Amino acid sequence: MISVFIPSQLTSYTGGATRAAAEGATVAEALDDLDRRFPGLKFRVVDEQDRVRRHMRIFVGQEETRDVARPLRAGDELLIFGALSGG
Amino acid sequence: MTQAIQLLVGTRKGAWIYRSDAARQGWSVEGPLFLGQIINHFVADPRDGRTLLAAAATGHLGPTLQRSTDGGRTWAEVKQPPAFPKGDPHGRSVHHTFWLQPGHADEPGVWWAATSPPGLFRSADGGDTWEPVSGLNDHPMYMEWLPPEGGTPDGAMVAGICIDPRDKGHMYLATCSAGVLETTDYGATWRPLNQNVEANFLPDPYPEYGQDSHQIALAPTNPDRIWQQNHCGIYRLDRPGERWERIGNAMPKEVGDIGFSIVPHPRCDKTAWVWPMDGTEVWPRVSPGGRPAAYRTRDGGETWERQDRGFPAEQGWFTVKRQAFVGDGGDPHGLYLGTTGGEIWMSGDEGDSWRQIAAHLPEIYSVSAAHVR
Repeated sequence: MISVFIPSQLTSYTGGATRAAAEGATVAEALDDLDRRFPGLKFRVVDEQDRVRRHMRIFVGQEETRDVARPLRAGDELLIFGALSGG
Repeated sequence: MTQAIQLLVGTRKGAWIYRSDAARQGWSVEGPLFLGQIINHFVADPRDGRTLLAAAATGHLGPTLQRSTDGGRTWAEVKQPPAFPKGDPHGRSVHHTFWLQPGHADEPGVWWAATSPPGLFRSADGGDTWEPVSGLNDHPMYMEWLPPEGGTPDGAMVAGICIDPRDKGHMYLATCSAGVLETTDYGATWRPLNQNVEANFLPDPYPEYGQDSHQIALAPTNPDRIWQQNHCGIYRLDRPGERWERIGNAMPKEVGDIGFSIVPHPRCDKTAWVWPMDGTEVWPRVSPGGRPAAYRTRDGGETWERQDRGFPAEQGWFTVKRQAFVGDGGDPHGLYLGTTGGEIWMSGDEGDSWRQIAAHLPEIYSVSAAHVR
């Protein structure tokens, strides 16, 4: 089980929740799992070519990744943030 | 006879709906909707009167479409917004949907979407799911016509879609780097349609393609007449002709014929409106001389008349983007424009006089007008 931090930009999908649990062996699989429960969420974070969108940031624990194929292990924490994006 | 109108207003920070009384005198406001989201286009389906689509994105999140099937009472995100195929050979991903176009009257439920980077998408279910139009997006000339990294400061794009009301397979696109493209087979094949249209920013100023078409519009009563506001001037083309005529040459020299929008009259194919902007030197894109005005032709572009009554006589530095100057089709034809300074102005007498009906909104990207049913 992966614990996911949901940023404010995405809480409209999660009913206001800022934490969700997800299953998956990679970042992409965890996002797919979230997307099944919260349809549309993944496409707002990752584009159709599997690139993390420019003004979104993903961390696994303390380590930032832009590779959605990055492996995850049970107990990992996946953090999604909105980056700085202007006024 | 007039009729109650609803204005769907898309801004850099959300959407608003303004509704008028039957005389178009009093206006009520609903909103904000989608506060903080960038709404590039917000359009009602004239075929069913109930479906509304809004192209949405934010500074952080990827693009999507919001959809209402009950005239705006309730909203939901569409199931599958426009997206290029995974593994696209050019690596394209949709940055935002720029233009939403209800399909031909004979095809209820069909919508078209134009995007940045340049792409065309089609929905057959009222905008809930979308498929790429391969005939354009995978055209052998795509990278020459529509390079994804080229184009305007807000991103290369297909900027507009016109459908021939007599033939659903006959469509025109306004593009930022290939000028006007035409299909006669429902989007399977395309060709440039730019004869005699200037591109003064290229070594060959009259190329086969390469022009920046800001907006095109078909005359509703004569769809063989195409009006175009181009980056370099105002043009008219009468099909089956191929050679555009620069009708902007008749504009006053001190005003010029640069602009974003062109609005045809719903019942007269000789009448259209433009909103000139300053395209000199570094392209301020504001009202020339700080004196806002629409210009109207009633003779197909042979002459133009200035229409500025009600606007500031001086120090009015309006910028009106291409989707933000529209008509409502009423009689008389109501005209509306939204400024990047967050003001909405209207004319109920076909441009003879103007009044402000809203202010203090965020930067306005689009206005569309529909009759309230």
